[in-house]
Amino acid sequence: MKNICFCFQMHAPYSLKRYRFFEIGQDHYYYDDMQTEDHVTSLINTSYMPLCKTIAEMIRLSKGRFHCALSISGTMLEMFEQYDPEMIDMLKELADTGCVEFVVTPYSYSLASVYSETEAAEQLQAQQAQVKQLLGVESTTACLSELLYSDEIAIQLHKMGFKAVMTEGAKHILSWKSPNYVYSSSAAPKLKVLLRNTNLSDELAFHFSDPTWHNYPMDGEQYAISLAGLPEEEQVANIWVGAETFGLRQAAVTGIFEFLKALPYFALEQGIGFMTPSEVAKKCAANDAVVVPYPLTWAGEAKDLSTYNGNDLQQEALQKLYAVAERVHLCKDKQLKHDWLILQDVNYLHYMNHIDQGATQFESAYDAFINYMNILSDFLQRVEEQYPTTIENEELNELLKTIQNQEKEIERLEKQLKDAKKEAKKDTPKKTCAKKAAK
Amino acid sequence: MKALMFGWEFPPHILGGLGTASYGLTRGMAQQEDMEITFVIPKPWGDEDQSFLKIIGANSVPIVWKDNDYDYVRHRMEGKMSPEEYYHLRNNIHYDYSRIGTDDMGCVGFSGRYPDNLLEEIGNYEAVASVLAHALDFDIIHSHDWLTYPSGVFAKQISGKPLVIHVHATDFDRSRGNVNPTVYAIEKRGMDEADHIMCVSELTRRTVIEKYGQPPHKVSTVHNAVEPLANPEEFVKHERKDKLVTFLGRITMQKGPEYFVEAAARVLAKTDGVRFVMAGSGDMMNKMIDLVAQRGIADKFHFPGFMRGRQVQEVLADSDVYIMPSVSEPFGISPLEAMQVGCPSIISHQSGCAEILSHAIKTDYWDIDAMADAIYAIVKYPAMYKSLRELGRNEVNNIKWYDAGLKVRRIYDLVINGY
Repeated sequence: MKNICFCFQMHAPYSLKRYRFFEIGQDHYYYDDMQTEDHVTSLINTSYMPLCKTIAEMIRLSKGRFHCALSISGTMLEMFEQYDPEMIDMLKELADTGCVEFVVTPYSYSLASVYSETEAAEQLQAQQAQVKQLLGVESTTACLSELLYSDEIAIQLHKMGFKAVMTEGAKHILSWKSPNYVYSSSAAPKLKVLLRNTNLSDELAFHFSDPTWHNYPMDGEQYAISLAGLPEEEQVANIWVGAETFGLRQAAVTGIFEFLKALPYFALEQGIGFMTPSEVAKKCAANDAVVVPYPLTWAGEAKDLSTYNGNDLQQEALQKLYAVAERVHLCKDKQLKHDWLILQDVNYLHYMNHIDQGATQFESAYDAFINYMNILSDFLQRVEEQYPTTIENEELNELLKTIQNQEKEIERLEKQLKDAKKEAKKDTPKKTCAKKAAK
Repeated sequence: MKALMFGWEFPPHILGGLGTASYGLTRGMAQQEDMEITFVIPKPWGDEDQSFLKIIGANSVPIVWKDNDYDYVRHRMEGKMSPEEYYHLRNNIHYDYSRIGTDDMGCVGFSGRYPDNLLEEIGNYEAVASVLAHALDFDIIHSHDWLTYPSGVFAKQISGKPLVIHVHATDFDRSRGNVNPTVYAIEKRGMDEADHIMCVSELTRRTVIEKYGQPPHKVSTVHNAVEPLANPEEFVKHERKDKLVTFLGRITMQKGPEYFVEAAARVLAKTDGVRFVMAGSGDMMNKMIDLVAQRGIADKFHFPGFMRGRQVQEVLADSDVYIMPSVSEPFGISPLEAMQVGCPSIISHQSGCAEILSHAIKTDYWDIDAMADAIYAIVKYPAMYKSLRELGRNEVNNIKWYDAGLKVRRIYDLVINGY
C-alpha cells in the first residue's frame, strides 16, 4: 500500500531592529517587537491557524486515518505563546488526536549541527522538552533546519537516540534512485533517512495556482490518482512544505484549503494511506543506504549550505558567532542565553546572500550584514564581560568547576559541622549525667 | 555612420566628469567598425588621443573671412590643421560674425573652462558650429551637456540632420533645485529641439521628463561605464596603522560634503584608528574646515587639496573606504574608479551610478547614521571589506563603454530611420 507522508514547517525569525554601531555596548535589546508581532500574527491568521483547522477537519472527516507531521521551531512556539496563545490550544487539540506528529527541530532553527555539536544537541533537546511540556507529545524523528543533513549529523542524531531523520531527496545523492523509499544512513545504519519528494512538494508549494503548470487546475481527486499511478513498489511519497504555502504562498482564494480537505477522501478511495514520519520509519524497511559526505539542505538549486554560508559575509558571521559557543554554554545569564539562541536563526544568514536574500526588510546583503554584525558585536561584548577571553576555555572550565565544587565542599563541611554540633549537644547531657552519676 | 559631436572637455585636460565620460563613450563607440566620430571641443591642448576620432578645436575654426596666403596659414595653423582644411572651412562661412572679436585667422579664442563670460563663449561656440555644419559631412549631431546644446540645435537647423543630446547633468543637480533661469532656458530649448535625449541615469531621465516637460518616449537612459585600467597592479594599498576614509570631488553643495563630516564625527566618537580625508576644492571648503573644527575632529580629518590624474587613483587605492554622499548626482563616475582599484564605496541613493552597482553600500545622502554605520562596518568587519573589494572590482570590470556605445548606436539608428 502506498502512503503519503505530509510534513508542514512552521518557523519565523524574530525581526531584528535597526541597530547602529554607536549602540554597541549601550543597548542590549535587539528586536523590533512590533514588526515581529505583526509578522507572526499575520502568519497565524492567514496561514497557520486555517491550516491547523483544516488538518483537524481532515482528521475528523477521515475518522483518524489522516496522519501528518508538523515541524515547529522552539522560537516559533515561544512566539505563539506570546502573541496568540490560541495557536497553542489548537496545536494541543491536534496533538490529542494522536494523528499529528511533532517532529524534533532545532530550537532556534539554526545550523548548529554543522558548527557546534553540543549546541545542536542542546537545541534539539530543548525543543523536544518544550513540545512535551506544551503539547504533551514526543517524537523520535529529527527534522533539522532547512532539512539539513549529512553523515556526520547522522552519527550525532543516532547518538542522541533518534530513529529517523528527514532530509531533501536531492538529485546529487540519489542519482537514479527514487525518494519514495526509506533509506538508512551509511554512517549510522540504524538511523532511517526519509527523503523529501522534491517535485511533488514543489509543485504543491509553487505551482498550485500557476495556470501554466501542466496539471493546473489540480484537485484532490486528480492528485490522488496521479499518486496512485506511481510504481507499485514505492512505499511513501514525502510531501514536505513550509506551512505558509497554505494561505500565504497560495492564497486561500486559490482553493488550496479545499484541495487539502478533499484529499483524504480521494486518497483513501485510491488505496493510499497517510503516515507520520515516525510511522514510516517504523513500518517500512530501509531499502538502501545513502551516503551524504557534505551537508545537504532543501535550499536553492545546489541543495547545499551555500545559500547560508556561501559568501565571505556569511562565513565571517558564522565564524564569529560559533567561536563563543563554548563560552555561552558556561554562562548562566538567562537573557544572554536567549539572545544566543535567536541570533543563530538561519534566516539572518539568508539575508546576507547576494543573489537570493529571502524575505527581508534589508536593502542588500551588506545592509543585513552590517546590522547583524553590530548586534553580534554587542552580544560578544556581553559574553566577554561575563568571561573575559584572556582566560582559556579549559582554564575557565577548571575555575568554574572549582567554584562549583567549593560550594559543594562548603556545604559538605557545613553539614559535617552541624552533625558534629548536634552530636556534641547530644553528648554533653550524657556527660553531665555521667559526671553526676560519678559524683 | 558619421557623427558630429559637440563637447566641452576632453582628456587629459579635464575639469570634471564630463571629459572622462566623453572620452569613454567615444572610445567605446569607435570600436564599432563603421563609426566615424568628429569631436569638437573649444580648446584642444594638442596632446589629446586622436587615434580613434578626429578632434576639431573650435578656436581654430575660422568664423570671419580673412585674406591669408597659403604659407602664412601653414605657418599659423601648424599642428592644428592643414591649409586646405582651413580654406575649406573658410569657404563655408555663411554668416557675418564680424561682431565677434577674432584674431588674424578669423578664429575666436576660447578658455575651454567655465569662465564668468560662459554665456558669451557658448554663443561663440554656436558660431563655430554653423561653419562646421556647412562644411562637414555627417549623419547625426550629438551634443554633450547644456553648454553645447545651442551649437547642436544650430547645426541641426542648418544641416537638417537629426540631433541627439546627451544629458550628463541638469541645473537641478547643480543647484539643489534653485535653477538659474538662463541655464534652464538653454537646457529646455536644447531638449525641445532634440530628436532624442540620452540621460546618464534613470534619475536624470526622470528630472528631464518631470522638470523639463519632455515626452518620456523621447528620453532614454544610457548609463556611463568606466575605462578599464591599463595596469591595475600598479596601484597597491600600503600598510598603515589607521584606516582611511576618503571623499574626493568638488567641495560644493551638490556633493554633500557636510554629511560626510557629520558621519565622520559619529564614527570618531566611537572608534579609534580611522582617519578621514576630504580631497578636492570648492566653494564650501572653508565652511567644511570650520565644521570639522566645531565637531572637534580636526586631528583626524584632513584636507589635502585638489588632486588630478594618477594622484587620484593612488589615493583611492590607498583608501579603505570611498564615500560619495552626493545630494544629486546625475551619474558619478568616481565610485566606479574607486572600485576599480579595489576600494569599497559608499554612495548615496541620489546618485545615478547607484542604479547599476550592487556591490557598493547605498544610503540616503541625509542619513548620516547609516553612512557612519557603513563606514564602521567596512573598517571593522574584514569580510565586509573583502567582499566589497573583490566583488565590487569584478562588477565594475564588467561595466563596459562598448556596451554603452552600442546603446547610443541603437538610438542613432532609431532616430535616423524615423526621420
